Amino acid sequence: MTGTEAIVPPAPPTSAQPDSAPPVRAGRVTEALLPPLVAILIALVVGDLLILTFGQSPAEVYRVLLAGTWGNAYGIGQVLYKATTLTFTGLAVALGIRAGLFNIGAEGQLAAGGFVAAVIGLLVPAATPGVVAALVCTLGAAGGGGVVGAVPGVLRARFGAHEVITTIMLNFVVLALLGWIVSAHLHVPESLHTPEIRSGAVTRLSDIFPVFHGSAANLTLLLALAAAAGVGWYLFRTRRGYELRAVGLQPDAAEYGGVDVAGVRWRALALSGALAGLGGVNFVLGYKHYYEEGFATGAGFLGIAVALVGRNNPWGVVVAALLFATLSQGGLAVNALVPKQMVEVLQAVVILAVATAVPSVRHAVRTAAAGLVRTGAKRS
Amino acid sequence: MIVLAFLAQTLRIAIPYLFAAAGGVMSERAGLIALTLEGYMLGGAFGAAVGSYYSGSPVVGVLCGMIAGGLLALLYATAAQKFRANQVVTGVAINLLVIGLTRFFLRLLFDSSSNSPRVPGFTLAETGSGFVALAVNPLVWLGVLALVLVGWLLARTAFGLRVRAVGEHPEAAATVGVRVARTRYYAVTLSGVLAALGGVYLALDQHQFTDQMTAGRGFIALAATIFGRWAPRRVAIACLLFAAAETLQIQLQGTRALPSQFVEMIPYVLTIVALAGVVGRAVPPAALGREEPA
Repeated sequence: MTGTEAIVPPAPPTSAQPDSAPPVRAGRVTEALLPPLVAILIALVVGDLLILTFGQSPAEVYRVLLAGTWGNAYGIGQVLYKATTLTFTGLAVALGIRAGLFNIGAEGQLAAGGFVAAVIGLLVPAATPGVVAALVCTLGAAGGGGVVGAVPGVLRARFGAHEVITTIMLNFVVLALLGWIVSAHLHVPESLHTPEIRSGAVTRLSDIFPVFHGSAANLTLLLALAAAAGVGWYLFRTRRGYELRAVGLQPDAAEYGGVDVAGVRWRALALSGALAGLGGVNFVLGYKHYYEEGFATGAGFLGIAVALVGRNNPWGVVVAALLFATLSQGGLAVNALVPKQMVEVLQAVVILAVATAVPSVRHAVRTAAAGLVRTGAKRS
Repeated sequence: MIVLAFLAQTLRIAIPYLFAAAGGVMSERAGLIALTLEGYMLGGAFGAAVGSYYSGSPVVGVLCGMIAGGLLALLYATAAQKFRANQVVTGVAINLLVIGLTRFFLRLLFDSSSNSPRVPGFTLAETGSGFVALAVNPLVWLGVLALVLVGWLLARTAFGLRVRAVGEHPEAAATVGVRVARTRYYAVTLSGVLAALGGVYLALDQHQFTDQMTAGRGFIALAATIFGRWAPRRVAIACLLFAAAETLQIQLQGTRALPSQFVEMIPYVLTIVALAGVVGRAVPPAALGREEPA
């Protein structure tokens, strides 16, 4: 509030341009990578404290955590399975944020996607070739999630209702609605799940590589990678993606430039919902072959964490999904030593640390980069 | 008699909502999104169970619960205000943090993954119903007064005026000398303490802490805050309305007249409808959730 910045004359921008490129690019990489690294460091310290409170050795717990996840084929398979779902919800949240929209409804969209896939799998004739059925179910999953995502999208675009609240409220509505349909009409007696699909199961990884025996990993993970590539292509290589990012950065400027802001917003949330819905394929077609109440629990909120740590970059999301999946699976591995709930605390600490570090790091890096640019300008 | 039982049951269900929604109004009127109500409540419930268990006195439990909620709120305010962290992300993270921490310490202190041992509460009976059981519980009185207190603070005190100013237009407030950050810290900490009391009530009423015992009540309170358009009186009515719907569903359970899932949906659907502005548009405080306040 001192107002000194206004008194200092701004440096002439033209002369600084040639020199400014390298520091800005280096700054951008630092800006993207530093917060997650700082966050992991903080999480490790908090983890140490929790482990010590429980009277265990941190080194031993972390060794068991790694051995139980990346130390054997089953562990790797489980991490890949969990990372697949998180990649979808992470991509969903990241795409929304690129458009300046916060989709906290990924959990409901994921559940809706899985539910539609399961229902289509129940309706197709048993003789349908597996590939065809899987394809139809997958499209259904995207459609189910997309419809749930489109509702807050239209409410935002048409009525200006803020998507943070509508998506979170819609989570409860969708889960209650699906709960009612399953419990009143579709469940197998004495259970909370639907009957098994007749066709459309996705090949397990263990069917191809027997070492993965017992793990739930399946070929949906290729779909997740394709989705990451597709989101990257859409955001950075298409006109629609350019418009989407423009709306996310500066909606007024985008509107002035002729972008249909309302249209971009509802399409972005529908697309975001479709991505989250696709995650349902992993559980329904790849793992259990039915829809079960509660299968999506937590995956939506963790999707926010994954998008945040992955810095809303599609490949960053994939890496972050692997990190959070490792923690989730690692919790089960260390449960004999410390309560597995420790990893839930660590996941939350990572989110908090990244969320607080991002604005601080951005500020520090920008200040440093501005300093470099200014010295560069002086030299030339 | 049936009417009285219905009213008593409604009040009993409404108390946690009234506490948490009072916190929601306080936080959102100061410009910080109250996604954290669920976390404050759960933290408050756990604090109450631990305090009451180790001291044998529910009063100590109440204090511990309030401290837990206040600390969580302070964490939220620090991240959102000092470090300019995104409020939605921080809110989600704090809710996850509380779930994880309460589970971890449930294992550490009570060696259980589901619940604490029985702890002393204000009422003798396990599930005291009827007005007598309610009237002897001081938390019920406090809960009824929570939104009245918040309404009085906001409308009649200088502090309340500052809270509203920083929630609507922080730059203007700063210009006339209001300390924006400090006002927000006070308001959010108070919101954490209030919401935590909702959790305290649950834990002491049920004489134990159970894993995730708040079960989404913080989000119902958030729905009530928005559906009541951030005005304490309307928010209180919303809380009672949601509680009455739940009571009705419980009373009708035997008759299978209405699937419980449809009653569960009521608060959320009403809130979405209110936000979309079909009947009387809900307009939030102007600076709510803005990432770079003054």
